Amino acid sequence: MQALPLFKRLALAAAVVTVGLTGCGKQEGAPKTAADIVVVKIGSVAPLTGPQAHLGKDNDSGARLAIDEVNAVGVTLGGRKVQFQLIGEDDQADPKAATIVAQKLVDQGVKGVIGHLNSGTSIPASKIYHDAGIPQISPSATAIKYTEQGFKTAFRTMTNDRQQGRVLGEYAVQKLGGKRVAIIDDRTAYGQGLADEVVKAVRASGGEVVAREYTSDRSTDFTAILTAIKAKKPDVLFYGGMDPQGAPMVRQMQGLGLKARFLGGDGVQTAEFARLAGAAAEGVTASSPGIPIDSMPGGKAFREKFTAKYGPIQTYAPYAYDAARAMIEAMKRADSAEPAKYLPEIPKVRFTGVTGEIGFDDKGDVLGGAITLYRVKGDKWEVLETVFSGAPAVKK
Amino acid sequence: MDIFLQQLINGLVLGSIYALIALGYTMVYGILELINFAHGEVTMMGAMVCLAIMQALLVGAGAPPGVALALGLAGAIVVCMALGFTIERVAYRPLRRAPRLAALITAIGVSIVLQNVAMLVWGKRYISFPPVIELARYDIAGAHITNLQIAIVALAVLLMAALLLLVHRTRLGRAMRATAQSPDLAALMGINPNAIVSVTFVIGAALAAVAGVMVSAYYGIAHYYMGFLLGLKAFTAAVLGGIGNIAGAVLGGLLLGVIESLGAGYIGDLTFGFLGSHYQDVFAFFVLILVLVFRPSGLLGERVGERA
Repeated sequence: MQALPLFKRLALAAAVVTVGLTGCGKQEGAPKTAADIVVVKIGSVAPLTGPQAHLGKDNDSGARLAIDEVNAVGVTLGGRKVQFQLIGEDDQADPKAATIVAQKLVDQGVKGVIGHLNSGTSIPASKIYHDAGIPQISPSATAIKYTEQGFKTAFRTMTNDRQQGRVLGEYAVQKLGGKRVAIIDDRTAYGQGLADEVVKAVRASGGEVVAREYTSDRSTDFTAILTAIKAKKPDVLFYGGMDPQGAPMVRQMQGLGLKARFLGGDGVQTAEFARLAGAAAEGVTASSPGIPIDSMPGGKAFREKFTAKYGPIQTYAPYAYDAARAMIEAMKRADSAEPAKYLPEIPKVRFTGVTGEIGFDDKGDVLGGAITLYRVKGDKWEVLETVFSGAPAVKK
Repeated sequence: MDIFLQQLINGLVLGSIYALIALGYTMVYGILELINFAHGEVTMMGAMVCLAIMQALLVGAGAPPGVALALGLAGAIVVCMALGFTIERVAYRPLRRAPRLAALITAIGVSIVLQNVAMLVWGKRYISFPPVIELARYDIAGAHITNLQIAIVALAVLLMAALLLLVHRTRLGRAMRATAQSPDLAALMGINPNAIVSVTFVIGAALAAVAGVMVSAYYGIAHYYMGFLLGLKAFTAAVLGGIGNIAGAVLGGLLLGVIESLGAGYIGDLTFGFLGSHYQDVFAFFVLILVLVFRPSGLLGERVGERA
């Protein structure tokens, strides 16, 4: 196919912009001249169908809110007015679908991507964005690997599992008084990764890892390993894994008279855990990356804005909002929406977001790295405290 | 020493559950030489039905916990017996004269169907066992045993003894043993082999239902997928003891439970940390391979005359 002459392309762009704007019904008058406004496409990927659809919609809406606000104010890049357009895609929380959707966005010429929601989808997709040189900011992927692949394009606004493991390990020794700590993990990438970090942090804080046992993500019987652990007399037992194992585990600890404090990660910090473990859940401590919305510096205002437009916040919307803002902030700094130009600016971005001070380290991880610790009381999780694992973002 | 005793108790509780399920495999195999791979799912159904009934009684009718548990267990047994009867009638009997592989494949098919039915009815979530049993803990020489564990072992032993009595001391048991030896000859003696096969399936399913309720009460959770691993372990126990042999299933079940427990508990110390407790299942299956190499028909497998 022959390339279209320049004037035709401009006319086409004008048509697109006009349709786009009148379609929204927000701006009454037609744009003055088409050449004045440039449309910058930003991708937003999350599972919009399937069991995690509610979380996916939440992320998408968070990013959309940020984009809408920026558009309302108006941004000028390289001397031309810019209109941001968010292209939402559904990766179904499936790694295969994630790579297909990622390629589709790259082909559509997006300048950046907010997503994906899961670690399992963010990691395979990050390769595609990296090869295309397109910056990606995930609001919710926590797996360590995501930013350890050497991809300069991968960033996240959510605390990672290394930071979480460090906080948990230090908490076990310093706050729970765990001189002797036993560790169990379920041999999954998540459970093992988190447990390994906890082991390091426990040792670094002067605690002793007295037992390291393993189970699987399908087991229900832990009596044998718990008995072996009981012989080592631990003060704290950390479990790296999910709630279907964590809940029977605390029940069996009770049956065996194992009195160690039970500590878990975000796989355990679920309403499901409290429900399944029943009375045995009382006093269990677990962490979750991020800050509860009420403790966020901009939490209250954000909640009002968000709920008015999209309904109640699920979980990660504030992080998606901050991710989109960080991306646009970098574009402003570079005075360009071209990935090659604004990518080097992303690590230099510093601003106060909804979730706290936003900034990235040289790997792409968020600087503040907030982890919140919860404890079961009655049959509910109560916030204990929020710990910042990384260097505070305000520095530098 | 108290740790060793504790591991032994852990193993015996686990083992008696395995043994109850293994009986179902072994009885069916004894008569039909068919491995009923849907048996693990029958166990799961027992747990699910009991939980559903208990939930309805506790929340809906405000029944006392003991009554809810008893009715839940009874309901689970009845439903599973009907299920066992239907499975045999629909999936196995039409294939009685077909090559054995065909029946094996329908068995796997039934198992998948049951799993998915349970998933559709009760969802993919884990279901928690309502707190109807007040847990009490007793000390024996430093080891702990709970009232629930005692109840599980006692009930399992009682049921196994009753089954042995049934098979060896009653007319029905004699008919079962006769059918196991030769269905055609048994028919000539006035025994209806079809009826005997049905009875075998029904008894096996009832035991599985009890085992399913025990598992969900013991671990506090039930799930549509729980039958798979349980069935696999129980089948292993049946093979270990000598499939087709009732006493063998009991021995195999208890042995497997104890081996798993001791294996997971001591493998790390025995290998100086070289192998960890994630080799728990490897340990159990390694023992199975060893036994089968030296005794291909299982520990008690040679006494074919006594199978039922």
